[in-house]
Amino acid sequence: MSDLSRRQVVFKSAMLFNGAVGVLLAIPIVRYLFSPVSRERKSGYENWVSLGSVHEFPAGQTRLATYRNPIANASDGETADLPCWVRNIDGNRFQVFAINCAHLGCPVRWFPQSRLFMCPCHGGVYYEDGARASGPPERGLFEYAFKVVDGKLQIRAGEMPTPGFSAANKNKTLIQIERQPPCA
Amino acid sequence: MRLIRTVGNWLDARLQLGSPIRQTMRHPIPRETASWAYVFGSAAMTVFAFQVVTGILLALIYVPSAGEAWNSLQILNHQVTLGWFIRALHGWGSNFMLAIVLIHMVQVFLFGAYKFPRELTWILGIFLLLMTLGMAFTGQVLRFDQDAYWGLGIGASISSRVPVVGPLLVKLLLGGPIIAGATLSRFFAFHVFVIPGLLIGFVGLHLLLVLKLGINEWPMPGRLVRRSDYTEKYHELTHTEGMPFVPNGIVKDAIFSGAILLAIAACALYFGPFGPSGQPDPRIIQTVPKPDFFFLWLYALLSLLPPAMETPVLLIGPAIALVILLALPFFSGEGEKSWRRRPIAVLTILLSAVTLGTFTSLADHAPWSPVMDASTATAIPAKFVAGRTPIEVQGALVFQSKQCHNCHSLGDIGGKRGPALDAVAVRLTGDQLVRQVLQGGGNMPAYGKNLNPAQTTALVAFLETLHPSAQTPAREAARSDASLTAGIQP
Repeated sequence: MSDLSRRQVVFKSAMLFNGAVGVLLAIPIVRYLFSPVSRERKSGYENWVSLGSVHEFPAGQTRLATYRNPIANASDGETADLPCWVRNIDGNRFQVFAINCAHLGCPVRWFPQSRLFMCPCHGGVYYEDGARASGPPERGLFEYAFKVVDGKLQIRAGEMPTPGFSAANKNKTLIQIERQPPCA
Repeated sequence: MRLIRTVGNWLDARLQLGSPIRQTMRHPIPRETASWAYVFGSAAMTVFAFQVVTGILLALIYVPSAGEAWNSLQILNHQVTLGWFIRALHGWGSNFMLAIVLIHMVQVFLFGAYKFPRELTWILGIFLLLMTLGMAFTGQVLRFDQDAYWGLGIGASISSRVPVVGPLLVKLLLGGPIIAGATLSRFFAFHVFVIPGLLIGFVGLHLLLVLKLGINEWPMPGRLVRRSDYTEKYHELTHTEGMPFVPNGIVKDAIFSGAILLAIAACALYFGPFGPSGQPDPRIIQTVPKPDFFFLWLYALLSLLPPAMETPVLLIGPAIALVILLALPFFSGEGEKSWRRRPIAVLTILLSAVTLGTFTSLADHAPWSPVMDASTATAIPAKFVAGRTPIEVQGALVFQSKQCHNCHSLGDIGGKRGPALDAVAVRLTGDQLVRQVLQGGGNMPAYGKNLNPAQTTALVAFLETLHPSAQTPAREAARSDASLTAGIQP
């Protein structure tokens, strides 16, 4: 074995060693970068949160409610305080809509006189039951699963509803799994 | 003086940079390129350096925390001496940088500078454009106000539409399940470390290529680029007929860069900083989010595309545009450089400019958005209610209280989402109006459940009065009752 090839072997192994260390370090770095995704797999982002007493939502009305996101850090400030629309259909039955328009997430506003939700961004409009009325949205408003516990209205929340999310999670939440039959 | 020279010599004996710097400064350039058309690249670089400096100055005060960012901007605007001015410089610098980068790109395209042998310079330039756009978007997020908050929501909603990995992308974009502290932190990291780092590296390579390959010569109609003899001809232009970059070429660059910085300062002084608008509190929903100037065209596009085409256009469109831009120097790497003999190139620029300009100006008054407060803040002009019967006036009230005004204008006041109703009675008969109101359709919600018969009758009575006095209202041909035929005879 000549001196030259010995040197080449040493050089190549040094490079290989360096590469191996790089890969070794890359594993924790990639895992760190993907923590927002892997966190969801482990414990999930969603939880039941209370919107307050059911009496705050009179029958036949749709009102704005707010809740603190179940997962929140001190640095989140006000961004973890989220709004949603609560519709009390007839005293016993509810619908809880996400604030985000099903088109691109802008905050929809409720107009009690015309019983419509309107979006200020691209002009999406929804009926009082959340169904699409007009504009660019391809579906109705997102809904939260809800339940009434000890007189408190609770919803299952924790994730920003987006068109892709609800399409990929048809059987998860934001589709009313615990909702009573729709109004007649 | 002698001391400076001594120190200089001492440093150069160790660094040995003096001679390569002198060589670079004196590198020969083609005579005609000392032109006002060639000042945009250097100006873009100057403004970028300016952005780095003002950015660092802002970072001395700015707090990249979702709970504190907005407050720290208020402190910059109102408490720190000249904090508002530094914010304004950075904000206007950003607009100028994007504008100059675009002008530079247009100039380079029209002058055929992307052709052989400068293909890689062009490709690096495309990446520089993308990074500049990335800086503009992430910078808009750091101005953490309502527009930033809901703009992130739009970004998340668009990302979520990517097939299969959409929801995963949303979480990576937001750093978690909702727009919150982690979101701002990662946008801060991108705006301050990642993208500027890449920009510095890519600008360095871009500049290196300009030096290695030489600045693009002034295109002469009929002087064709051929791979076989281009380098030889270019050498002649620079070394035989050319002149040194310093001092001959750099004068106009220096004057223009200085003028641009002065213009940025003037805009900052006169117009002041951008925002921030309202607090990034998602509970405040009385907001009409709008993107910054350079993304207004996208806002318009998202409103005007047919819903079914939106996702494909959003996801595939940019990819196609990118591929075309990157491939351009490869399918058009030789031949004519002059814009005078490249009509398609000129038309492409004009078409793009007109398209982007039209979308931007449309987005400026956003006719597709309902005017959210029209039902409470805007009155029906008096001429539409003066002298009307009680039931017609009652109908005007229904029109106002049921938010019809949010989407329909009367006398140019109100929403533009639906058609103006000034002359609706000429287009639709009473029966058609009833059907349109109750059933909706054609992008109008159905009001059948929200109007009782009395309200519908009143509303339609009001709508039937909306026609110019010289024009007869529409009437059903099959009906000939006295009340209709007794009207104005044609």
